Parts: sequence; structure tokens; C-alpha cells
Amino acid sequence: MTDPLNAHQGKSTKFDLPGSPFSVGWTRPKRVILADENNPLSLECGECLAPVTVEYETYGTLSPEKDNAIFIPHALSGDAHAAGWDADWKKDNRPWRNSKPGWWDEAIGPGKTFDTNRYFVICANILGSCYGTTGPWETNPSTGKPYALDFPVVTVDDWVRLHIRLQDYLGIDKLLAVAGGSLGGQQALAWAIRYPDRVRSLVIYSSSARLSAQGLAFNAIGRQAIFNDPHFKEGNYYDFTPPGGGLELARMLGHITYLSYHSMEGKFGRNFQNGSKPCYRLNKEFSVESYLEHQGRSFVQRFDANSYLYLSRAMDYYDATTYGNGDLSKACSVIKAKLLLIAYSSDWLYPPESTRDLAKAILANNKPVSYIEIPSSYGHDAFLLEVAQTAPFVRPFLERV
Amino acid sequence: MSIKNRWDHSLIFDIIAPDSSVLDLGCGDGMLLAELITEKNICGQAVEANPEYVARAIKNGVAVYQKDLDQGLNEFNNRSFDYVVLEKTVQQLYHPLFVLREILRVGCTCIVSFPNFYYKENIRQLLSSERMPVTSALPYKWYNTPNIHLFTLTDFMDWTREEKITIISGYAAKSSTVQPLKISEDNSEAEELLFVLQS
Repeated sequence: MTDPLNAHQGKSTKFDLPGSPFSVGWTRPKRVILADENNPLSLECGECLAPVTVEYETYGTLSPEKDNAIFIPHALSGDAHAAGWDADWKKDNRPWRNSKPGWWDEAIGPGKTFDTNRYFVICANILGSCYGTTGPWETNPSTGKPYALDFPVVTVDDWVRLHIRLQDYLGIDKLLAVAGGSLGGQQALAWAIRYPDRVRSLVIYSSSARLSAQGLAFNAIGRQAIFNDPHFKEGNYYDFTPPGGGLELARMLGHITYLSYHSMEGKFGRNFQNGSKPCYRLNKEFSVESYLEHQGRSFVQRFDANSYLYLSRAMDYYDATTYGNGDLSKACSVIKAKLLLIAYSSDWLYPPESTRDLAKAILANNKPVSYIEIPSSYGHDAFLLEVAQTAPFVRPFLERV
Repeated sequence: MSIKNRWDHSLIFDIIAPDSSVLDLGCGDGMLLAELITEKNICGQAVEANPEYVARAIKNGVAVYQKDLDQGLNEFNNRSFDYVVLEKTVQQLYHPLFVLREILRVGCTCIVSFPNFYYKENIRQLLSSERMPVTSALPYKWYNTPNIHLFTLTDFMDWTREEKITIISGYAAKSSTVQPLKISEDNSEAEELLFVLQS
């Protein structure tokens, strides 16, 4: 086991290291097969999928009554490693996990928002992703080759249907909460609409009932960047050079939508990459350019282009209004869970007004809802970065479920 | 703080029927709704702008929608609550009439309380000191008061007549007693007022 403490020597870090009393410490991913030939997973597109493996992690202890479980669905590029430090880290196995803890470590751990002294926290990788749950990178049993684009088109509903199987497998009748941001928030909503008796509360961050036309447009360009990469080869690149350039571009574009006008002005402004003067060249001139390039490059190291195509498409498709034949309030009429919706002022991917539309649809059913708007300049990414700002609302909300 | 400590809290608590739905605007720490939920089985929703109050109300088990009341109640459908409560807030709004019309749209019955600026102690201080009055109901200096639209009982009655608002009942807080309001009396006795309205 490599101690990430060493990796941090000489680096400034605000992370809770594995020995910290605020960290869940060392973690190990678990895998379980939740669909097989006899019990395949039926998908919204009409196809059936088997076998299906799910990678998941848990933190804290499940109470004897099994009533303290909180499921944390992850967003587009996330994984099951939501908190702590991966004990299975190796140079050739998820090497990026050496330098940082799980993606929501600031929110999950002893004494944190999702307090692992009190709650049993579950996070699972979504179907179609590339972090241990079945996806296009996995071998198709009928061909012996990776699925690639033969992988069926998956949806948010499919993810939740699969994770309900995980909930069953863990023996949890009713989750205390499903809490997630962005695409994770939409999974939470899907949970309460599709399985109203399986969850007692939702905490939804930076999310809404559906992505805007603007959001669909950005996703479309991201996919085009991958399709147009000469290495893409109709998705059959697993034995060759992957379409890194296309995926890098898709991530650069996506990353802009996670930031805001003010966060980009504050972080980069019009700073030049080298010194205070322009070099009169066409590439790598402004800081913001090299930052995005760095974001894109490091993403390519850890993500699969085919997975990106499938997951961004699932993000496009999700539309909670379809459960009410186009009427969101009708769709929300079945919800039994208590609700806390959190929007961030500078989020323009899922702007506060889109979260308010969801709140309004719930109120139209004479159902109480808590909605808060956090002033933030961090844009859509605020749900990952402004954890301290939301804790005073989320913690008491969970205590009252 | 128990709701029993505030005259309008306990009066509102008594007015609201069991098993009804209540929208509390400017809920503060949410204790009114919290006690109504526990003791009268109401279905409650709060609205509050101040994030510290929002957190405290959530802690008290109340669902809170964070917004500035001056923006109106567009999230709420017509007649979607049995009662809408606006407690000691009208005088703090930028658009008091807009919000009063909004609560009458959303609520079947509305409960509104406010300080009466024509209260005799206010007049006495104003005349004797030439300065803005500072009392238990108006405990601020001119420069830090949130009360930007102070008004009197008669001002309010004029408005209810002009907009044909039905007054179901009225109450006046006078020194240490709460009495049903009688308009013929000297209105300067009433420090604070509470009305039950319908449109």
C-alpha cells in the first residue's frame, strides 16, 4: 500500500489525510454482479443487459434497523470513490487516486455533512461509466470483444433501477436519503419518482428536472469532438490509441460550463501564461487556455471516450416531466420523500430558476419543500466546492428526516 | 423562544384550525409552524429570506423556501393554503400592497399583524423629543430600522375599504392585554394589531 502522505510532501493540501479524524480513512471498492442471464437488467431503450457488475463503496456502519443509509449518486465523470483514500491504488490502477481523496470527501466523513459516525453512506458507479460498473469498455459476452458502441443506450432511470438492486442486495428497504449534485441530483429525483417507497428524503444540489437546450448543445459538441477524432474508429479503439484529443476537447468544453464568469475572471482574468506580455503566438498564450488543456489532458488519463458519449447522452435524455406526460407537477405527485433543493447563484448549467421550477412543481402538489439559494461565484461546480456553506442546512435537514 | 411569549404567535396558534394548511411568510426560526405541526397536525410551508433563520427553521423541522417576499409568491398557486400568515413584516416590505394582494391570492384566509404607528407612546415620544420613537414594538433607531413603511390602523382600514377586503376579525395589543378591536375607540391605545382577512 502506498501512503499518499508521501505523495503530498512539498504540496499544499486542504485534504483530510487517511489518518485524520475527519477522514473515512483507507477505502476499498467492492464489486457485485446484480444482473445475470436469469435476471437481466431491462433498460428503458427496450434492450436487456446481462451480466451487470456494480462497483460501490460504503462508509460508516449500517444500523441494526437498517434505517441510517444515505445513497450518494455521482455526477457525469464521478465514480464510487466518494470519500477517503483508495487502498488499492497502484501506478497502473487509477494512479490519480494517490494524490487526492474521493470526489466528495469534504462532505462525507466523521463529523461532516454526511456524518459517517451517524450514517451508512453508499456510493456506486453508474451503468455505462468506466470505473468498475459495466460499461462500453467491458467485454461483450456474445462477441468476446469490448461492447464499444454495441453497448445499449442507458438512461438515468436505468441507473436507478440498477442501484435499487444494490439497495436490495444490501438489505435496505428504505434509504434515509438520496443526496447528489448535478446528474446525481437527477438520480435522486428519479429515485423518489420511480421508487417513492424506497427513500425517505432527497437532498438535491445544482440540479433540476431536465437539462436546458443550452446544456444539450454543449453536450452535442463534446460528443462531436470525440466522433471527429481520427482515433475514434467507431468506438473500436480499445486495442489502439484512444481518441484522447476528442475526449480532451469534450472535457475542456464541459469544464467551462462548470465554472462561471466570475470564477474564471477571478482565477485567470486575462493573465498570460508566460509573464506579463503576449508572445504573439497562436497556442498556449493565456492562462485560461493552459488550464483548460491541463483539465482536458488529466481527464483523458482517467476516462473512457465511449463512456463519455453514453453518460452525456443519458444526461441529455433525463426529463422528469415525462412521468407526468409533460407536466412536471403531475410527475412529482407520487413523491413521498421530504425534499431539500439547493441552488447556487452563479450556476448556469442548472441555474437557480430551473431548480425553482422543480420546487414549484412540488408545491403545486401541496407538498412542503425546502429550497435554498447559496450565493457563490463557483458556478455549477459549487456543489463540490461550497460544502461548508450548505452544511448548516443539510445536517439539520437529515436529522429531522 | 416559545410561541407563548409573543401575543400574536399565540393568537395565530389559536385562530388556525387543526389539520389545515399554513403558509408562514417571514417565518423566523419556524417555531410557529413547528408547534402547529406538532400540536394541530397542520401541513406547513415557510418562506424566509435570511439564511440564518432558514437554517434554524429547518432544524425545527419546518420546510423553508428561501426567497425575498418583495418578489411575490409566484411559486404558489391561487388558494393553495387554508391560511397565509404575515407576522410583523408588512412594514418592512418594499412593495407592501403587492405582497398583501399576493397573500390574499394564495391564501383562503390571511392573518396579518403589524405595529400601529399611531400608538400613543409613539406620538408622545415624537412630540416631546422631536425624534423617531423607540418602543418595544419599534425597537430601532431611524438609521438601522428595517421598518421602511410604517403606517397606522386608519391607513390599513382605508386600504381594506379601497380594495374591498373582508375583515373577518381584528385584535389589538394594548400594554399587556390583547382585545378584539373596536374601531370606535381611541386607536392610539393599540400598540400592535392583528387582522384576519379574506378577499
